[in-house]
Amino acid sequence: MDNIAVKVDDLTVAYNYKPVLWDIDLEIPEGVLMAIVGPNGAGKSTLIKAILGILKPIAGSVTIYGNPYDKQRKLVAYVPQKGSVDWDFPTTALDVVMMGTYGSLGWIKRPKQKEKKAALEALEKVGMLAFKNRQISQLSGGQQQRIFLARALAQNASIYFMDEPFQGVDATTEIAIINILKELRKAGKTVIVVHHDLQTVPEYFDWVTFLNVKKIATGPVKDIFNDNNLTKTYGINYKVSIQK
Amino acid sequence: MDIQEYFSLVFSDYTLRTITLGTAILGAVTGMLGSFAVLRKQSLLGDAISHAALPGIAIAFLITGAKDSNILLLGALVSGLIGTFWIRGIITKTHLKSDTALGLILSLFFGFGMLLLTFIQKQPNANQAGLDKYLFGQAATLVESDVWLMAGVTVVCLFVLLLFWKEFKILLFDADYTKTLGFNTKFIDVLITTFIVLAIVLGLQTVGVVLMSAMLLAPAAAARQWTNSLGIMVFLAAIFGAFSGVLGTAISASQNNLSTGPIIVLVAATVVVFSFVFSPSRGLLFKQIRFIKNRRDLELHKTLAFMYHIAETHEDISHPHTIKILNNFQGYTRGTLQKLVKKNYVTLDGNMWSLTEEGFNTAENLYNQQSTSNE
Repeated sequence: MDNIAVKVDDLTVAYNYKPVLWDIDLEIPEGVLMAIVGPNGAGKSTLIKAILGILKPIAGSVTIYGNPYDKQRKLVAYVPQKGSVDWDFPTTALDVVMMGTYGSLGWIKRPKQKEKKAALEALEKVGMLAFKNRQISQLSGGQQQRIFLARALAQNASIYFMDEPFQGVDATTEIAIINILKELRKAGKTVIVVHHDLQTVPEYFDWVTFLNVKKIATGPVKDIFNDNNLTKTYGINYKVSIQK
Repeated sequence: MDIQEYFSLVFSDYTLRTITLGTAILGAVTGMLGSFAVLRKQSLLGDAISHAALPGIAIAFLITGAKDSNILLLGALVSGLIGTFWIRGIITKTHLKSDTALGLILSLFFGFGMLLLTFIQKQPNANQAGLDKYLFGQAATLVESDVWLMAGVTVVCLFVLLLFWKEFKILLFDADYTKTLGFNTKFIDVLITTFIVLAIVLGLQTVGVVLMSAMLLAPAAAARQWTNSLGIMVFLAAIFGAFSGVLGTAISASQNNLSTGPIIVLVAATVVVFSFVFSPSRGLLFKQIRFIKNRRDLELHKTLAFMYHIAETHEDISHPHTIKILNNFQGYTRGTLQKLVKKNYVTLDGNMWSLTEEGFNTAENLYNQQSTSNE
């Protein structure tokens, strides 16, 4: 835990009057695979969106490797919930993945061979190369999720934020995705995942943040993923048998 | 004048040429920009913008007292833009849904515009007649300078479209993601919206406030049916729009006194209906044909599978069985049996049927295919 990849200070977000996130301080060390867990309405997605500047926080600041997020955007990739876009949009899988390269291209410049190559490589990594010319409306839910993952991979970032990448995908896709995430970690990248399935936390992740409007706890899974923190977060007596 | 005569005159007759060129360019630019409105699920935005432009026309007339179309359109542009950004404001600042905001602004501005129009009509100014042409449009009043203006805006619009193509595309598909890549989404959004407003305002003189939104939506909706590529969709929408403009003008010119705007809109609507029915991949006709064909194939396969299960129980797969057994299978019909015979999967002998080797193998492979194609 030498380098801090993401540092969040005093982050507060509110819709209307009620705060969705209250005074979040968070340090995410480089190279961890971190789950954000918490009940519905705990602000998990909001936390990611506020860190990425999609939502405007009421207060607080985000730094990436010690510099303001605005200056470090190229280090950060985002995988939104797949339900957030219209999959009937007239475009192909390869085209969507290519969008991952738009950020480094900047304004006006068109993607060229180099960008196409990056996109194809990303498609191959998620096992979707055969579908590159497929119209995106003809992809299954799991395939759509892989395409979103590939788009983030094409960004070639250091830090990845993913909003429920396992939602509504079958077991095969879930295993494929988690393997990619573990590979990212092996390559020294930092991966932050909004996660719902508490059972798989110890198996998939090495770092965890408990969130319920306030930050309950954050740290290594082996130290803090216990009944005490689960109960504090979910408000009911949690008896998950955790294999350590 | 009939349509043939129109087409022989269109290149030589100055007025016809001007009007035709005007409606064609208008159709092309609105079709192009309409694609973006449709894909952003802002189909109603065009309607709101065109209605919001009306008070601007009236106010511009009240201020200048002249009916110079450029000045009136400038007024329309200003009030159209005010209306549009008001709608955006309502959507982002309150919890009203966008359809509510659109409806609200549409009726508010249109009501105000109508009020001003009736007020103007009461004025003792001989000049006031004819402002109501902006309600339903009057292509016949197009002059060469109007067409030049339209052409100029179209060229600028095309240039901007090509320049920011990548940015427009990604914003349309996934706005939040675009933001995380560091693009100023507000700028891209304002750019698209401004051009949509501009195109609508240009069309008011020709098609009018009430029908203008159809020019935006119809070509785009039709184009979406024929392609799965954004570029081709925008291109097709421009073609469909221009086609509707030209054919609409031709029909209107050949049937005297038929108002051009409504006819253009009707032609565009016909293109939409045609596309909905006949497009190969998304059209209703081919969808239905594919559906029926799939169903038949499935019935055939199910029957074959049923027979396979019976045949399987015997050592000799071609052991004959009575046709009566098949009545136990709900989807069975004589017709499917005949088809299976035709495909050499089954042979018949009096009241008995037996699977052929080919039929047996096909039935077996049906299962394999299904288990591998299911991901």
